[in-house]
Amino acid sequence: MYVAVKGGEAAIANAHRLLADRRRGDRSVPALRLDQIIEQLGLAVDRAMGEGSLYDRELAALAIIQSRGDLIEAIFLVRAYRTTLPRFGYSKPIDTAAMKIERRVSATFKDLPGGQLLGPTFDYTHRLLDPSIAEGADVDEAVIRLSDDEPAPRVTDLLDHQGLIEPDVSEVQDEIGDLTREPLEFPLNRDRRLQALARGDEGFLLALGYSTQRGYGRSHPFVGEIRIGEVEVELDIPELGFAVNLGRIRVTECQMVNKFKGNAKVPPQFTRGYGLVFGQAERKAMAMSLVDRSLRAGELGEDVNHPAQDEEFVISHSDNVQSTGFVEHLKLPHYVDFQGELGLLREMRAEHETDAPASTLPPAGRAGVGGAPHSEHAASPLPASPARGEVPGSIEDTSPAEAAE
Amino acid sequence: MSELPANTPRQEAMAVLSHATPKRLGELWAAWSDKPAYHKVRGPETGLVMVRGRAGGGGNAFNLGEATVTRATVRLETGEVGHAYCLGRDGDKAVQSALFDALLQRDAEAVETLVLKPLREEQAAADARLRDETAATKVDFFTMVRGDD
Repeated sequence: MYVAVKGGEAAIANAHRLLADRRRGDRSVPALRLDQIIEQLGLAVDRAMGEGSLYDRELAALAIIQSRGDLIEAIFLVRAYRTTLPRFGYSKPIDTAAMKIERRVSATFKDLPGGQLLGPTFDYTHRLLDPSIAEGADVDEAVIRLSDDEPAPRVTDLLDHQGLIEPDVSEVQDEIGDLTREPLEFPLNRDRRLQALARGDEGFLLALGYSTQRGYGRSHPFVGEIRIGEVEVELDIPELGFAVNLGRIRVTECQMVNKFKGNAKVPPQFTRGYGLVFGQAERKAMAMSLVDRSLRAGELGEDVNHPAQDEEFVISHSDNVQSTGFVEHLKLPHYVDFQGELGLLREMRAEHETDAPASTLPPAGRAGVGGAPHSEHAASPLPASPARGEVPGSIEDTSPAEAAE
Repeated sequence: MSELPANTPRQEAMAVLSHATPKRLGELWAAWSDKPAYHKVRGPETGLVMVRGRAGGGGNAFNLGEATVTRATVRLETGEVGHAYCLGRDGDKAVQSALFDALLQRDAEAVETLVLKPLREEQAAADARLRDETAATKVDFFTMVRGDD
């Protein structure tokens, strides 16, 4: 028999009011505006858009303020918001070769057409805190140099012509997987995998990418090219009979080039990993391209021995909204579950005490958790169930009492 | 590789309008002297477009992530129908873009002179500025000669 427990309504309401108060902080300090976040915390906005999988700077900035700067919470808010909107359609694929470039570097070719354009980068800074920012000092305008307007083709397109690097595979696609519309089923096609990686957690992908460099699935990477800038987004409008240009979005693209010794079918050549992310998100795009390449191990006939090569492991755990949901749910009331476990444990203890020699037992007083007498908890033994978290993605049974909370 | 369609003047005009900021478009609409009578056929309504990329930049398409898009359709009293689809959630911008799209069919020269031309010039100037700022960060490699001979 269950006794449903209810309560906490007033406590929850007050906790949320307290949260709002703490979020706002000292009222003598001016409240943040969205444009301040967009202009001055732009890379946080980009991360919330990328992992929130929704390109909208204002929404991402709002989410960042509302979440008090907790970016995973902000990403959660953005993801929740997107479910409230109808889907108008799928854009034509963006053309990164036609990007309005703001940064473009290659670690493989020094003198490439279009040159090395450093753009607004943290690279080569000394990572010294700058007190003048705290003082609100004026900042100089950017330096201008007349552009020679030399085209900057994608590095992989240049190498491609020599046959030393695997070309892009462009096939007629019957369908393009969409993880927002269909459940995750393994093995994935590369299109679904890239979608998952594009919105995957930066920290998780960074660590996995790093693991491949340290020897857990070595893939000998070089940065063929990183480019950041705005691209046009176009949508076919059936009722108009033509494509409409919706405007531009900023993206970061990383082409990782990897040494490959070849196999029976393929001669030695460079293979590639690809990273594409909303906004300016270079670390994420690099990590994504490393992991994309390592997840192609099976396809390229390489041994699959390491975490970063295991598609099911990587993609099942790359989504930080899912991860945080399952981890954080542990703090919600599990009173009945725990009582059940407690009852089971007491019974096992009792059996253990009858079977084992008395000398090995701990003092009787410490055996009962919380010092409660055994007789008070005559719960029937529960069937042995797998420990929580052992079954990825499984939904835990929720008892009525928990549901009521 | 690029799937850009053959650009009709109307498509080009719609692109210019969708690239304008809501603020700038609002100014241009406010400055439009002979505002037409119209009614809204659809919207403005905000929804999502799933933005696609290509594996490797030029390979098979995949779904990168969504973007907010606002659309509107208006009909002028004189019958012209205007459409707009713009990134973002600004309903006024979508309606004003649709109005200019409709006006373009009725009074092309005025829309071109008073709206599209200035917007095109401003966008070209902003693009040029970005290019020049980026060009200033271009690496000029030089060779260090070491040793005597």
